[in-house]
Amino acid sequence: MGIANIIFIVVLLAAVVLFARNVGKIRRNIKLGKDVDRSDNKPERWKTMIRVALGQSKMVVRPVAGIMHIFIYLGFVIINLEVLEIVIDGALGTHRVFAFLGGFYDFLIGSFEILAVLVLVSCIVFFARRNLIALKRFKNPEMKGWPSLDGNLILIIEILLMSAFLSMNASDYLLQARGVEHYTAAGAFPVSSMIAPIFSGMTDAGLVALERFTWWFHIVGILAFLNYLVISKHFHIILAFPNTFYSNLNAKGRFTNMEAVTREVKMMMDPNADPYAAPDPNAPPPEQFGAKDVTDLNWVQLMNAYSCTECGRCTSECPANQTGKLLSPRKIMMDVRDRVEEVGKNIDANKGEFKEDGKSLLNDYITPEELWACTSCNACTQACPINIDPLSIIVDMRRYLVMEQSAAPMELNLMMSNVENNGAPWQFPAADRANWINE
Amino acid sequence: MAEDKIIVPTMAEMTARGEKPDVLFWVGCAGSFDDRAKKITKAFVKLLNKANVSFAVLGAEESCSGDPAKRAGNEFLFQMQAVTNIEVLNAYEVNKIVTACPHCFNTLKNEYPELGGDYDVVHHTQLLQQLLDDGKLTIEGGNFKGKKITFHDPCYLGRGNGVYEAPRELIAKLDAELVEMRRCKTRGLCCGAGGAQMFKEAEKGDKEVNIERTEEALETKPNIIATGCPFCNTMMTDGVKNKEKEGEVTVMDVAELIANAGDL
Ligand code: SF4
Ligand code: SF4
Repeated sequence: MGIANIIFIVVLLAAVVLFARNVGKIRRNIKLGKDVDRSDNKPERWKTMIRVALGQSKMVVRPVAGIMHIFIYLGFVIINLEVLEIVIDGALGTHRVFAFLGGFYDFLIGSFEILAVLVLVSCIVFFARRNLIALKRFKNPEMKGWPSLDGNLILIIEILLMSAFLSMNASDYLLQARGVEHYTAAGAFPVSSMIAPIFSGMTDAGLVALERFTWWFHIVGILAFLNYLVISKHFHIILAFPNTFYSNLNAKGRFTNMEAVTREVKMMMDPNADPYAAPDPNAPPPEQFGAKDVTDLNWVQLMNAYSCTECGRCTSECPANQTGKLLSPRKIMMDVRDRVEEVGKNIDANKGEFKEDGKSLLNDYITPEELWACTSCNACTQACPINIDPLSIIVDMRRYLVMEQSAAPMELNLMMSNVENNGAPWQFPAADRANWINE
Repeated sequence: MAEDKIIVPTMAEMTARGEKPDVLFWVGCAGSFDDRAKKITKAFVKLLNKANVSFAVLGAEESCSGDPAKRAGNEFLFQMQAVTNIEVLNAYEVNKIVTACPHCFNTLKNEYPELGGDYDVVHHTQLLQQLLDDGKLTIEGGNFKGKKITFHDPCYLGRGNGVYEAPRELIAKLDAELVEMRRCKTRGLCCGAGGAQMFKEAEKGDKEVNIERTEEALETKPNIIATGCPFCNTMMTDGVKNKEKEGEVTVMDVAELIANAGDL
């Protein structure tokens, strides 16, 4: 084993350990959310995950972007098979250790190359689309700064990785043809054989250097990218799966009935209840209704936030956003992630205890004006390629505003007092309800 | 039919006679109090009468389903309404409910069961389709023959509950030309009324949602904008007025289309 192999193993282990640590933190942050039971109906959940995450059924609603996304996704999954070989080669100092697969190996390498080209082309098109075409949903205010940079970085990294992969194969192809020691002939190179002529003027030593450089660049790049995921919207490549698995399977129109409220309503309606009874001293402290901060949301909602890929399909279908209101369902998800990250960092900095920071999701991130613009139309949940539910967060926050702060817009208070007093949202006497029959 | 005496028994009356209807017609607040929506209610009742459907209404015993309170975030008020309504419905041993309001439809169908109110709830377009399929109702006369009709999907009927076809099949039976808007069915654009927006001014923006939607509907150059929700009806009617097109384009509920096809 040479020094290079040892360096490789150290880098590999460091990358994996760091990644596992950061994923652990995200897991902990997600678990800051309230419990919600999504263990029902497993068969339907598996089906949903296979259809929506694996099959990308909702991506292809927009066909061009959808198909290119599938190229990148397939490329990502399949080319990563190659990483397995690279890891073994790197640790043992072998050259293309799976070459013994013969014709099948040629087929594999050949198809990786073709996919690599498709990924490369798709990434370049996506990059151009983000930067050259003024597509409205990539220019919304919430995309300023880091989110835009993040989107571009991902594409640039993928372009570089694919270029390194193809250059590595091209130099390998030449070295194999020249019969240079260690470079035993293996693999078919339908694409890189075409770019090989660019390098054919190089010496053997130069080619070996190029092959080694691109090899290292490719694998270290992948390991670095792995660790980049945890701070990026690109984390969706992992979370898309649990996110769709645990997504809401009920009719979209159905909102949750708050159990805490049901208990109180039952008590109020119970004719046997003694209204003057002293409160049970053992009763749990009264719950807060609705969501003020991320810890009032449930873990699925927090996982949604970490899964969001900031594509903006939700926002571009949102009637409120389209008509110039402040509300953007994507921003709701980004705010939740930013806030839960902030809470997580706070916990890390204070030895595992959250130290009150005087901030909350409501007001510091999401304003009532945004919340009151929602028509609850479900266009966002329908549009989201991975079944994220911004609407449930909006509703939970409205619940806090109304039930804890009595901070509904004035007209809504009027509507609600009408419902309470007349059984209708308008000021008509309840007794007149059937007057239409004889009018 | 002669100038139409509609027959609308209430649950209380029927029970007093020792009878039980097959289906309860849940009228809803808009259908009971809003002048425009009352016409939809009556058109639907005419169809029920014509098809000899055994039905009743709750009359003054009905109360708001609680939908606007719930969407506004007032879960307390919603559950108070729900529990009160469920008590009444269960006392009458109601099994099947039809309503012409997608908001009541959604709330009763999806949100009442957990609170003790489990009923078979259908939207009026679904019941009408059933009646036509069973031959209990036939469309006579061709008042809409050759007319261009576009259908606006109410959010709580379409995306909310996956009902896209029933209203369209009814329109198809009119021999009219159904023209779809650019955004329809799963991608249909909201009229702007949902989520309790109906009862408040819109937040600050550069356009009203109903104007955006009306413009899209008008792009199809329709004679009629059809819908299946009293609130969508209001929003689209206001939109058409705003665009000064009320001379050329009318906004109608699917039930009114069916009732008017044969000059009921
Ligand atoms: S449900 Fe609310 S946030 Fe989602 S698209 Fe409709 S208006 Fe926008
Ligand atoms: S919530 Fe879904 S649709 Fe909206 S930006 Fe995130 S991933 Fe895209």
